[in-house]
Amino acid sequence: MFFLSQNSRWCFDPLALFFLGVIVVVSLPSLLFSAGYLRRQFSRRRTALATGLTALFVISMAAVVASANLILFLFAWEFMSLVSYFLVVFEHEHEASVKAGTIYLVMTHVGTAFLLAAFLLMHAQAGTWDFEGIRTAAPAFPVGLKNILFGLFLAGFGMKAGIVPLHIWLPYAHPQAPASVSSIMSGAMIKVAVYGILRFIAGMLGVPPVWWGSAILVAAGISCLVGVIYALMEHDIKKLLAYHSVENIGIILLGIGAGMIFWHWGWWVLACAAFAAGLYHTVNHAVFKGLLFLCSGSIHVATGTKDIEKLGGLIKRMPQTAASFLVGAMAISALPPLSGFVSEWLIFQVFFAGLRDAASGGKLFFAGMMACLALTSALAAACFVKAFGVAFLAMPRSRAAAEAGEVSLSMRSAMIFLAALTVALGIGAGLVWKMLCAVAASFLKPPPAVWDGLLSGSWGLIRFPGTDACLRTPMIMLALSAGIAAVYAFVRLVSRKHSVTVGRTWGCGYYRLDHRTEYTATAFSKPFRIAFGFFLLPYRKTEKIRDSFYHVKEFSYETSTTPVFKRYLYDPVVGGLFRLAQYVRGFQMGSIHWYLAYVFVTILVLVVIFGRP
Amino acid sequence: MKIPLLLLQAGIAVLAAPLVSGFVRRVKNALRMRQGAALVQPYRNIAKYMRKEEVVSETASWIFRWTPSVVLGSTLAALMFVPVFSFSLSAAGMGDVLSLFFLFSLGRFFLALAGLDAGSAFGGMGSSREMFIASFVEPAAVLAVAVVAAHSSSSAAEPLVRSMGMSFSGMIAAASLFMVVLAETSRIPVDNQETHLELTMIHEAMLLEYSGPSLAMLETAAHAKQLIWFSLLGAILWPWPIGSSSGLSAVACAAFFVLKIILCAIVVGLTEIGLAKMRLFRVTDFLGLAFLFSVLALVVSGLGY
Repeated sequence: MFFLSQNSRWCFDPLALFFLGVIVVVSLPSLLFSAGYLRRQFSRRRTALATGLTALFVISMAAVVASANLILFLFAWEFMSLVSYFLVVFEHEHEASVKAGTIYLVMTHVGTAFLLAAFLLMHAQAGTWDFEGIRTAAPAFPVGLKNILFGLFLAGFGMKAGIVPLHIWLPYAHPQAPASVSSIMSGAMIKVAVYGILRFIAGMLGVPPVWWGSAILVAAGISCLVGVIYALMEHDIKKLLAYHSVENIGIILLGIGAGMIFWHWGWWVLACAAFAAGLYHTVNHAVFKGLLFLCSGSIHVATGTKDIEKLGGLIKRMPQTAASFLVGAMAISALPPLSGFVSEWLIFQVFFAGLRDAASGGKLFFAGMMACLALTSALAAACFVKAFGVAFLAMPRSRAAAEAGEVSLSMRSAMIFLAALTVALGIGAGLVWKMLCAVAASFLKPPPAVWDGLLSGSWGLIRFPGTDACLRTPMIMLALSAGIAAVYAFVRLVSRKHSVTVGRTWGCGYYRLDHRTEYTATAFSKPFRIAFGFFLLPYRKTEKIRDSFYHVKEFSYETSTTPVFKRYLYDPVVGGLFRLAQYVRGFQMGSIHWYLAYVFVTILVLVVIFGRP
Repeated sequence: MKIPLLLLQAGIAVLAAPLVSGFVRRVKNALRMRQGAALVQPYRNIAKYMRKEEVVSETASWIFRWTPSVVLGSTLAALMFVPVFSFSLSAAGMGDVLSLFFLFSLGRFFLALAGLDAGSAFGGMGSSREMFIASFVEPAAVLAVAVVAAHSSSSAAEPLVRSMGMSFSGMIAAASLFMVVLAETSRIPVDNQETHLELTMIHEAMLLEYSGPSLAMLETAAHAKQLIWFSLLGAILWPWPIGSSSGLSAVACAAFFVLKIILCAIVVGLTEIGLAKMRLFRVTDFLGLAFLFSVLALVVSGLGY
C-alpha cells in the first residue's frame, strides 16, 4: 500500500476537525437510536450486522474527512459509498430497496469517476498525491485546467451532495435505509461532499474566477427551489425529508457560492463570513435533519407506516416524539430563536451585503438569490406545517395511528439530545459563529487585518461584518418567552372565573366529524401544486365503473405529478444506453469462429500500426 | 434605561392597535355612506370575548391551547423591533427587520398548525391558503426592505429610519410593501376581514375553532401586527420625522407617527373600497407584481435615485 508510506496521511486542520465534529455529533445519537430501533425491526443477527455496517460507515466518513492525500481520500470515499450502498439495500427483501440501491450505486460511481479524473489530472500536473503539495502547486495550474477541475469536482461532489439535477438518487436511497442510517446519510454523508467542495475547489485551486461562484449559486438556487417544491408534493415522510436535504444543501451552497464571488472581488471579510454562514447551515442541517429522520423512524416503528396520510393525532400518543419533531420542524423552517433561523439570517445578510455593494449586474443577481432564499424558507415552513399538522395533529387517519405508543427510552433520548442541540445552536449563536469564522479563515488564509473585523461580538451576539447588523438570539429567546408567559398569565388571570368547555369540533350541523372529513396532506399542498403546475405538471386519473347510465358503482381518483427530471433527463439517457447496448450486441453472436476472427483482425491491425521498427 | 422604554412603547402600541382597525372600518363605512360601528368597536369585541367562556375541541392538543399565547407573544416581541415613538429604539440591538419577518413567521407557523389541530376541514383550508400566500409575500417583502436598507446602508431597523431621506427607490419599494401589507393584514383583494363565507376566508378560517379569551388574544395579535406593518410602511415612505437627530420633542414625533398611521389607514380603507377580492390563484399575480416593484426599486436605487 504505497500511499500509506507517503509523507502525509492524515490531516486535522480546522476544516477537517469541523466536519469530523459534524459527523460525530450526528452519528452518536443515531447509533444510540439504532439500539432500540433495529431491535424492534430485525432479528438479532441482522441487528448486529446493521450496527457493524453503520459503525464502518461512520469510520469511513471520518477517514474521508481526515485523509491528506488523494489516494487515501479516494479509497475512503469509495469505501463510504459501498458501505452506504449495503445499508440502503439492507432490507433487500423489498424490491424498492434493491431498486433504490441500484440507482444509488450507479449514480455514486459516476460521481466517483469524475473525482478520479480530477485527481489524475491534478497528480499529472502537480506530481504529488499530497494535499499540501497540490495546494502549493495548484494556484499555478493553467486556467483551462483549473476550469476543467472545477467542473469535475462540482459534478463529482454534487452527485453525492444531491445538487439538482444530480439529486435523483437521494429521494430513493435515503428513505430505504433504516432510519438511524438515513439520519447519518442525510446529516453527515452529504456534508462530506460539501467538505470535498470546500477542500478541493475553495481550498486548493486558489482565488476562483467569478463564474465559479456564480455557477455554484445558480445550481444552489435551483436546488433550493426544486427540493422544497418536490418536498411539498411528497407524503412519504422520509422522502419528504430527503427532498428537504436537497433544499438545504442548496442553502449551504448559497453561502459558499457567495463566498467565492466575494473572494474573487477581494472582499476578504465578507468572503470569510459567507463561508462561515454556509458552514453554520451545514452543522445546523446535520443536527436538525438527523433529528427529523430519527423522528420519522420512531413514527415508522410505532405505526408501521411512513405515509403521513395514514397518520394523525400522534401528538397525544407520542408526546416526546412530537415535541422533538416540532423542534426540528421549527428549526428547518427558520423560526426564531432556533438554529436554522440563525444560519438563514446569516445567509440573508451575505446576500444583502452583495446587493448593497456589488456593481449593477451583481446587485440584481444577489437580489434574485435573496428572493430565492426567501421563497424557499417560506415554502419550507409551509411544508412542515403540512408534515407536522397532518402526522401529529387532529384525529388519527388509520387504526395503526390510533393504537400507536411512545417509543423506547434509547430512541427518545437520542431525539431529545438532538432537539436540545438544535436549541443550543440557536441560543449560543455568537460562540458558534466565532468558531466558524475561524474555520473559514483557516482555509481562505486572509490577510491578518481581516481577523479583527470578523471576530467582534460575544457568545450571545452575532455582529455581521460588513453590514453591521446584529443578532442577539438569547435576547430574542428572552423576549419571546417573556411575551408568551406574560400573555398566558394575563389571560388566565383575567378569565379565571370562566370555564373551559371541551366540545366537538364544529361540523356545519353534522353530529360527528371523523377522519375522512379532515384536511389531507394532498389537499393542503393543492394550491402549491397549481401554482407550480408549470413545473410539476400535475395530472389526475379518474375512473368510473357504472352499473347503468345513471348509477356509478365505483369511482377511483388518483392524482400525481410528473417526475420531470426522471422523464426528460434520465429516461432518455438510460434509454440511449440500452439502445447502444442493443447495437453492440450485434457483435456478440455467440459463435467462437467469429470471436477468433475478431482476435485475428485485432492482432493484424495492431501489427500493421505498431509493428514497424 | 432602554429596556423599560421599550416595554412601555410595546405596551402603548398594543393597546392602541385595535383603534387603527376601528379607524379603517370608519373610513370604509364613511365612504359607503353607512352609519357603521363606533371607533372603539374592536375594544368592545375584545372585552366581550374576554368575558365569554371558551370551547376547545376534543381533538385539539396543547398546540391549540398555546397558540394564542405564542402568536401574541411573538407579536409583542416583534413590536419591539419597530421604532414607534420618538425614542427610536429597535429592540436594543436584538436583531433587524429580517428578524422581525422571521418572528411573524413564528406566529404564522403556530396559527397554521392550530388551524389543522381541531380536525375541521375549514381550519386546514385556512392554514393551507395562509401558508400559500405567505410563501409569495416573503420574497417581495424581504427584497423591498433590503433595497431601502441598502439605500441607507444598513439592514437594522434603527438606521433604516434615521439616516434615510425620502428617495424615489424608497417610494417604489413602499408601493411593493403596500401590496405586501394588504396581504399580511388580510385585506381585500387578498382576503376579506368582513366576511365569514367559508369558501373565501383565509385568516378567519384558521381562527374558526377559537372562542373566548383565546380569540381575544388572536384578534389583539392581528391588530398589533397591522400596526407594525403600517408603521414600517410609514417609516419607509416618509422617514423624516422619526429619530433623535431631527431634534423634535418626543410628543411631536409621536404626533407625526400617529399622523402617518392615520394616512396609511385611510389609503388602506380607500383601496379596500375600490377593489374586489381576487380569486386565490390570482393572488400570486398580485404578489408577483409586488415583487416586480421591489426589483424595480432595486434598479432605480442602483441608478442612484
